[in-house]
Amino acid sequence: MSRIAARFEALRKADRAAFMPFVSGGDPDFDTSLAILRGLAKAGADLFEIGISFTDPMADGPTVQAGGARALAAGMTTKRVLDLVRAFRSEDDEMPIVLMGYFNPIYRYGAERFAVDAKAAGVDGLITVDLPPEEEDELRGPVERAGLDIVRLVAPTTDEERLPFVLERASGFVYYVSIAGITGTRSPTMADVQFAVDRLRRFTDLPVAVGFGINTAEQASAVARIADGAVVGSALVREIGAGGPDMLDRVNGLARELAGGVAGART
Amino acid sequence: MSPDTAANSYRLGPDERGHFGLYGGRYVAETLMPLIREVGAAYEEAKNDPAFHEEMGRFHKHYTGRPSPLYFAERLTAHLGGAKIYFKRDELNHTGSHKINNCLGQILLARRMGKTRIIAETGAGQHGVAAATVCARFDLPCTVYMGSVDIDRQAPNVFRMRLLGAEVRAVESGSRTLKDALNEALRDWVANVHDTFYIIGTAAGPAPYPEMVRDFQCVIGDEARSQIAEAEGRLPDTVVACIGGGSNAIGLFHPFLDDPDVRIVGVEAAGHGLESGEHAASLTGGSPGVLHGNRTYLLQNDDGQITDAHSISAGLDYPGIGPEHAWLKDAGRAEYMSATDAEALEAFQLCARLEGIIPALEPAHALAWVIRTAPDLPRDHILVMNMCGRGDKDVFSVGEALGIEL
Ligand SMILES: Cc1ncc(COP(=O)(O)O)c(C=O)c1O
Repeated sequence: MSRIAARFEALRKADRAAFMPFVSGGDPDFDTSLAILRGLAKAGADLFEIGISFTDPMADGPTVQAGGARALAAGMTTKRVLDLVRAFRSEDDEMPIVLMGYFNPIYRYGAERFAVDAKAAGVDGLITVDLPPEEEDELRGPVERAGLDIVRLVAPTTDEERLPFVLERASGFVYYVSIAGITGTRSPTMADVQFAVDRLRRFTDLPVAVGFGINTAEQASAVARIADGAVVGSALVREIGAGGPDMLDRVNGLARELAGGVAGART
Repeated sequence: MSPDTAANSYRLGPDERGHFGLYGGRYVAETLMPLIREVGAAYEEAKNDPAFHEEMGRFHKHYTGRPSPLYFAERLTAHLGGAKIYFKRDELNHTGSHKINNCLGQILLARRMGKTRIIAETGAGQHGVAAATVCARFDLPCTVYMGSVDIDRQAPNVFRMRLLGAEVRAVESGSRTLKDALNEALRDWVANVHDTFYIIGTAAGPAPYPEMVRDFQCVIGDEARSQIAEAEGRLPDTVVACIGGGSNAIGLFHPFLDDPDVRIVGVEAAGHGLESGEHAASLTGGSPGVLHGNRTYLLQNDDGQITDAHSISAGLDYPGIGPEHAWLKDAGRAEYMSATDAEALEAFQLCARLEGIIPALEPAHALAWVIRTAPDLPRDHILVMNMCGRGDKDVFSVGEALGIEL
């Protein structure tokens, strides 16, 4: 069983959802980012989403854009993100790790080589934001051969006619983008999330994670009562961006709150 | 895609998925995907509706001022002493460039789709002005995204957009130029999908935009074709246009693609020179990649990060290029050359003095290639250049480049 499937299976048995933090790999630099990942794991993260930065992230708001820009300024490349995963993986063989990014850096790296190298580094799945199912052929083959999951995004605009087409190509889990918008801007209402997750469950047995606009422990907790995972990105990245000598402590503190909100949601 | 050999045509693209061979396509986030498909379906319908074309034709005649003349540049021709040079005068269009051709088509489509809000990106401000213009005319609110660097160097156009009632939003992300304005417009669109139509200003972006913008700009080449037939009784030997995202060029080129004797030349901005690394020549100096919803040639580093373009002309300062040009380059049907800032400045001044036409800095690049090339061509060689914009907007930056205080 893949690390992703094993983790969701274990959580299902424990009747709780996953806390899934997102950070850009190498934000604000390689070493600090590795320390942040270690801290997130200790704070109770259940799955990592690690961003491969891109100069032109069209689905991201200012906070995540800034995180990506910091990583690039610190010399991060696609290869260095894989190095970061490898470094973390050498200490933790269970944490599921999903890379999230845009297609161009992967295309330049070479889809085949990327899939093989990512697998070898300890990556479990891939979210390519700007590669809809219609365009994914050149990446799907290599990624499937390497044994990585392709996590698909579903949006509020994805209608029921389109849903089966998208879900047919999903594995690992489904990522529900809770707002029609970019990261770190608005928050969804829980009624909308409930409606969307219920709808998704009629179409898929895969775990459903919800992200975009989840910033607080209360929101994470509310989502965790509805879905199988809550993704938090901008709120953590904002703390990283604020910097300062106590940055790691603040990030860890926020992560503990969020993890606590998720873990205690159904009790 | 090589030319469809059965039909032996270069004019059949894109395929039903919006691909021109390897290029084009729809590389967008899932949130936008259903919407982009809706635009595609609506455009397909409009394209086949005679009423749509009739309305567009009426506005072109009475509002844009079409057809634009095809003008024999007699003094320039004599000065260069070679090929016979014609200008397709799209700089005489309402708002001063070819951008209005596309904006008119897209706003009529937006109305058909019942959209109530328009967004656009702009570099030089010409597309922003054209979008603001049609929005005023059709009474739709308009938000234009513009990099703060471009806002500084195109102040007159910023003011024009505001006079026309548009809101100009300064973009501070990335390199704060055209590519970032496009990112920001896409982000706005993702967040306002229900009521907003995005008028993209060049033949790039996700399908159906490259095809749609091309179709709306083909009025340039269609007119030129019949005008040159009238003037000379034959097809031109060469057609040439400047390339930013490629919309004025594809509009001129497309109707000639299947005339194998017509040489087709696109001129990119070489900035400080191709070897300097500071240029905007994605076809000549770039490599294939995926940006802004399509696969095309891009300026990028080895890690697939997009690098900044440079050109004295804000309208050419874009690190990508419309996907159909990428395909035409690989297929060898069109040639892509370049001209530097300095050459464009020379051409700008020469044209003003010899022809009494102050060209925009963008077509000044095409003109620079003409100036370089025409002297070596025979006198019966007919060359048609797209004078796609006028230079009023550029007098301040040209003054600055020449060290003249205005
Ligand atoms: C006058 C003029 N020509 C050319 C361009 C470049 O665009 P395209 O290559 O799409 O024609 C611009 C863009 O702003 C422009 O204003």
